[in-house]
Amino acid sequence: MKDKAVAKKKHEPLFHVVKRDDLAWWQVWLIRGFTIVLGVLLVIFFSMMITGKSFDKTFDIMFRGVFGRLMKGSTTMLWKYLQEIAILLSLALALTPAFKMKFWNCGAEGQALMGGLASIMCMIELGDRLSYPVLICVIAITSILAGAIWGLIPAIFKALFGTNETLFTLMMNYIATQIIAYYVYIKGGGSNVINPVEAGNFPKVGNNDYFVNIVVVAAITLIMYIYLRSSKQGYEISVVGESQNTARYIGINVKKVIIRTMVISGALCGVTGMLLVAGKDHSINVNSVGGQGFTAILISWLGQFNPFIMAIMTAIVVFLRIGVAKVADTALLNSSFSEIMVGLVILMLVGCEFFVRYSIKFKRKKEAKA
Amino acid sequence: MKQCAIELKNITKVFGKVVANKNVNLTAYRGEILSILGENGSGKTTLMNMISGIYFPDEGQICIDGEEAVITSPKDAFAYKIGMIHQHFKLVEAFSAAENIILGLDEGKYDLKASTEKIRAISEQYGFDLDPEKKIYTMSVSEKQTVEIVKVLYRGADILILDEPTAVLTPQEIEKLFAILRRMREDGKCIVIITHKLHEVLSLSDRVSVLRKGEYVGTVKTAETSESELTEMMVGKKISLNIDRSEPQNVEPRLVVEALDCCDRSGVKVLDNVSFTANAGEILGIAGIAGSGQRELLEAIAGLQQLQNGSIFYHNPKTGTVEELRGKTPLQIRELGVRLSFVPEDRLGMGLVGNMDITDNMMLRSYRKGRGVFVERKAPKELAKSIIETLEVVTPGATTPVRRLSGGNVQKVLVGREISASPTVLMAAYPVRGLDINSSYLIYNLLNEQKKKGVAVVFVGEDLDVLIELCDRIMVIGSGRITGVVDGRNTTKEEIGLLMTKTGEEGEK
Repeated sequence: MKDKAVAKKKHEPLFHVVKRDDLAWWQVWLIRGFTIVLGVLLVIFFSMMITGKSFDKTFDIMFRGVFGRLMKGSTTMLWKYLQEIAILLSLALALTPAFKMKFWNCGAEGQALMGGLASIMCMIELGDRLSYPVLICVIAITSILAGAIWGLIPAIFKALFGTNETLFTLMMNYIATQIIAYYVYIKGGGSNVINPVEAGNFPKVGNNDYFVNIVVVAAITLIMYIYLRSSKQGYEISVVGESQNTARYIGINVKKVIIRTMVISGALCGVTGMLLVAGKDHSINVNSVGGQGFTAILISWLGQFNPFIMAIMTAIVVFLRIGVAKVADTALLNSSFSEIMVGLVILMLVGCEFFVRYSIKFKRKKEAKA
Repeated sequence: MKQCAIELKNITKVFGKVVANKNVNLTAYRGEILSILGENGSGKTTLMNMISGIYFPDEGQICIDGEEAVITSPKDAFAYKIGMIHQHFKLVEAFSAAENIILGLDEGKYDLKASTEKIRAISEQYGFDLDPEKKIYTMSVSEKQTVEIVKVLYRGADILILDEPTAVLTPQEIEKLFAILRRMREDGKCIVIITHKLHEVLSLSDRVSVLRKGEYVGTVKTAETSESELTEMMVGKKISLNIDRSEPQNVEPRLVVEALDCCDRSGVKVLDNVSFTANAGEILGIAGIAGSGQRELLEAIAGLQQLQNGSIFYHNPKTGTVEELRGKTPLQIRELGVRLSFVPEDRLGMGLVGNMDITDNMMLRSYRKGRGVFVERKAPKELAKSIIETLEVVTPGATTPVRRLSGGNVQKVLVGREISASPTVLMAAYPVRGLDINSSYLIYNLLNEQKKKGVAVVFVGEDLDVLIELCDRIMVIGSGRITGVVDGRNTTKEEIGLLMTKTGEEGEK
């Protein structure tokens, strides 16, 4: 080493990265807001490149795709938008308690599918035997139970044997998918499709199919906000999530909290499954949840465990998804384009956290140069 | 005239809002030992990390041997023959000393034998006691430190920076290390040692540079200074360094521990037949090399450790009953009416939640109160306010996450909460580690106050001078065994030091 003298650096590096934590909350949101605007502009730009349409036209298609022709009094588009928000948000809300406990993936996808399966089974098997109010109650109870059990299984293994919850729940997702596939195969006969079931659908309110879904999710949003913020259980969840050692030190039964929280998350995922089946599709297939269980993780993270911010984030993501899908439609592209664009904006949002946490210092003026 | 090895000019480093170093100017010469003295948080380590390439200064220049140097990585630092021995060792446990020393070095070909010879030669030259073939995981802390020092010497370093090297050593080991450092000085090396222990500064170094709150205060020759002058430079004002120790009143057994055995996860005994009594109205000190079972012992009492054997009896002063605490969870212990407060070693990882604010951290102890499903934040808020006021916690407000507070203020929050429960037993593990002098004395006073109130105080400490000044009795623990109990009023550091290194059968009476 002594003989092989390493070349000594003569110049300062061009820039170096410095940690910072001096941003006010509004500055943080300014960065995030700017990123979202930039992201939407980029999406429009890419859409323009591919479709060859003008900025105005692209923007117009996106907006109308989501909100419909507001001026002319058609509101169905808007309701559909709210419905899409409701489903994604309810999944995000469902996994938030587990997420706050630092369970990065709690298998919302599989739990929602199992909840949905319970709903469709009740609708098909019991639809003509029970009166409508009883049927709805049975659907609600079984869906919640199905989701809760699907959350309970990995929780027990986690608490007792320390298994990795991310891998475990991922496997549980596959099991759920296969069970659904099998059920659809039995009921759908050769076509592998279950035709929409009439019995046990949520009631229309006014002329609106999705009113119940939206109200239920709005209620869950409020309840979840209070639960996480002011309940003893919510407090225990944050302590366990931050530091299991501290939790043990003050006498929290960590295993109990893990199991309880996973059951709550699972049960709420079951509710989402029910909303999907009884409130929207009236049928089921392996893609009913369609990967939203994973998008929901990002929503929960972007919302920083605050249900109201999560609602806003959901609105943005769903807006892009529907809007870009419309743009893609007009250009005869398939839905992958919309997924790529949503992914781009989410990636940018994740990336902008770098600027929240660090600042970059560029090379100083060479004051010492002779 | 001595040759200038390191010269720092107007070094500034900022982390977010925290100014770690501000316009620091400093010179270190060859053939001398320079102490960097300052309280925790005064920027000593940050400054040295910039010299060794871990951080890059925001402003200012570093000159090595009179030439301006740009050091952006530890590799650059080695090119300038600068080696740093960190406080926390960076060694591969499963490797031997020699393998660790040559790790990452490009010497052409991998020749362990030749390297071992070279390591032996270096050890002989400076008087290290090191077996190059010994595996790291079988080594004591002091041996690991030796490996770290030889590692930088092997790389040809002639500017050595040691970050608090004595924190983990016994008095005897410290003497040995100092002898080696003096030998290196004779050899013309430049030694920079970071410390906050005054008597070490005075016995070892040639010159002392003092930092206070990131700013450079001044440099003095050790021969021309005194302990009180250095303290004043360090703290910025005159303070008295006396802990008053009152005579214990109404001493009666409060906590009787009998024959505790405890094994860690891999089945190694960490507590071996530990028996002692903690009395009310007394401070019982626990001394020992770090990791000798202190943590496990306190956690066992608090209900956080599985025990293989033994019992823990609590004498309830109110009812006069005796309760067995072994096998109970912290919650069950509290439900028995045992008012046990515990200030754990790992403040933010166990005692508090770093991301929560002071109020929510107060709630840790009290959130279960009341029947409803909702937490009640009013009383904890009041408590937070009163602790901030009475203990002078420096914080932007009660809603700031505690991890943003400085070490001393974090500890005030934790100790404040534990004392507010008006305990009958108070256990504190290294409660002043990392605290500045003022906060340390505040903590000592709080412990003393509790003692006067008739609380049985158990104090695990590392600074023997403090243990001797503060405690009524000092129990020494070595490798999980009690190696002796001495009277705090008439013992010496040397006596405790000897007990600390005593292990195995000789520890038994």
